[in-house]
Amino acid sequence: MTARNNISALVGRLGRHRAIWPLLALVLILIVDVIISPNFFEIRIVEGRLFGNVIDILYRAVPTALVALGMAVVIGTKGIDLSVGSTIAICGAVIAWRIQAGDPHLVILFLALGVGMLCGAWNGFLVAGLGIQPIIATLILMVSGRGIGLLINQIYGGTDPSFESALLQGMSTGSSGYIPNRLFLAAGLFILLWLAIRRTALGLFIEAVGGNAAAANLAGINARLITFLAYVVCALLTAWAGVILTADTHTSDPVSVAMYIELDAILAVVIGGGSLAGGRIHLGMTVVGALVIQTLTTSILISGLPPEYNLIIKALVVLLVLFLQSGKARASLGRLIVRRSK
Amino acid sequence: MNRKYLPLIATILVFLALFVIGGSMYRNFLSTLVLGNILADNSFIIIAAIGATFVILSGGIDLSIGSMIGFVGVCMAVLDSMGWHPLATAAVMICFGVLFGALQGYVIDAWDIQPFIVTLAGLFLLRGACFMVTLDSVPIRHDFVNAYASTSLPLPGRGVLRSSALVMLAALALAIFIAHFTRFGTNVYAVGGDQESARLMGVNIRRTKVGIYALAGFYSALAGVVYALYTSSGYPLAGSTLELSAIAAVVLGGTLLTGGVGMVAGTLFGGMILGLISTLIIFNGSLNSAWIMISSGILLFAFIVLHRFLVSSFDLRGSS
Repeated sequence: MTARNNISALVGRLGRHRAIWPLLALVLILIVDVIISPNFFEIRIVEGRLFGNVIDILYRAVPTALVALGMAVVIGTKGIDLSVGSTIAICGAVIAWRIQAGDPHLVILFLALGVGMLCGAWNGFLVAGLGIQPIIATLILMVSGRGIGLLINQIYGGTDPSFESALLQGMSTGSSGYIPNRLFLAAGLFILLWLAIRRTALGLFIEAVGGNAAAANLAGINARLITFLAYVVCALLTAWAGVILTADTHTSDPVSVAMYIELDAILAVVIGGGSLAGGRIHLGMTVVGALVIQTLTTSILISGLPPEYNLIIKALVVLLVLFLQSGKARASLGRLIVRRSK
Repeated sequence: MNRKYLPLIATILVFLALFVIGGSMYRNFLSTLVLGNILADNSFIIIAAIGATFVILSGGIDLSIGSMIGFVGVCMAVLDSMGWHPLATAAVMICFGVLFGALQGYVIDAWDIQPFIVTLAGLFLLRGACFMVTLDSVPIRHDFVNAYASTSLPLPGRGVLRSSALVMLAALALAIFIAHFTRFGTNVYAVGGDQESARLMGVNIRRTKVGIYALAGFYSALAGVVYALYTSSGYPLAGSTLELSAIAAVVLGGTLLTGGVGMVAGTLFGGMILGLISTLIIFNGSLNSAWIMISSGILLFAFIVLHRFLVSSFDLRGSS
């Protein structure tokens, strides 16, 4: 076998591997970035912490990535969660309210996470308990959740929901030894989730329920319980994102916090190769998907294009990534090229 | 009785029950005036939802509806300020809607990408296009808008059917004809029931899917035209998250998101239930913005549960 054959076999194998296309998209966007701004990868140390575009992308991608990981679990059960933005709004309102009330901040952290899980339990109850279709079931909390957040703000007058908290802001915007704390936090949560999904039978159960709930039930899996748990896990990760976002802005803003985060999270899962038809969870690739989205957003910002173009460029790049991912589209493109070259 | 009518009957019962409850709570609620207003105020949601019904019947979903309404609105307003007649702009925009929908349908089938994601890209694309056309709210000042607004058909009592409602009812009649009396309509149900079986029976999947999304594009562009004429302005953020209202109207109307099951007529009542929810909140009058959001959620929840309860209790009676 010649070296050339070896290489083409390797390329062929890489092409079939599902991880290659999102990574390729990420690399392509980064290459464009370097062309636009040659010192894109420059990292400096400013005031005792790392500073640069790459760090900025990782830093800003954390909330979306956390929500996307939860979304990946829910999508694995063939579900969807539209209420993540509302969950974040409610968590933020609870944090601001309890800090005004003077609770210890560690208690508030657990309270916020608990309230988040309560939101997930509500969604899980509607989907698994009442059997309502997920997109409609989670629409209920999506519609009313930001209102609940506003209502919580009104409990203490709602005039000044801003706050200071060394603990929460330390987790969100602080850094230890050059590296932002939220990256440690996100990595820790990712490892915990990965262990729970891949080192216990939970992942297998979720994928079985998403693949075929009736068959999973017959095989002895409590499909309702698994579905319920998936929504709670998603809401817990979303609540962590809510803590980070709320501490970042030092205030609770239920109307506009995390607007459209559900769409970005779903997009991240799909760019990472997840199927909305359920039955598959790709945790690592979901993080790559979130990084693709954040890199794209940052790139549009540093490119200096007018902000009106943001959405259009985002849509076109997303379509390009999906085009690369689609085996059917690549095949027809390949045929077209072959026909031209003949 | 045919079981396929159960969800539709349940939807109509829920609608009537709510209407009567509203009537017992507020004076002047039970009138053709309120009914006519609900039809006119929600005509654009119902028109868009009719298009979404075909998409959902085929097992897909269309998220680009709200952005399409916004885009059609700003184009109508900007072209109006350039001296175009609103009807001419409407014709152009509806053609654009059909083409855009057909393109989405083609991408979904030819690239084999999930409809949720393709139409999500459509949502971003059209909303971005809105911002490129204009960043301001632009009024539509043509005389035709006044003529359109003052046209109406009297109903018994004090109520009237305004032109928006008339357009909506005509669009509904067309949709019922397409869904139940044409081969294309049968193909939509076949594709939604089981795409592989439909293919094996000789249904042209590519043509059907392109047709479905083109039809959805037609209806959402028409909804955009009705919305622009109704508000007599174009605003680049108009119609945000309206796609979710449309999907909710379709589902409340008894159509399953899994495809293959449901009726276009149900969507009318689904949309009117959403309209009743906001009318009830307006009649109450004392709610602040927080409670408006929360009570919409609670009422949505109540309807979904009531609807499920009605359908399952009918089911039990039918099988025993």
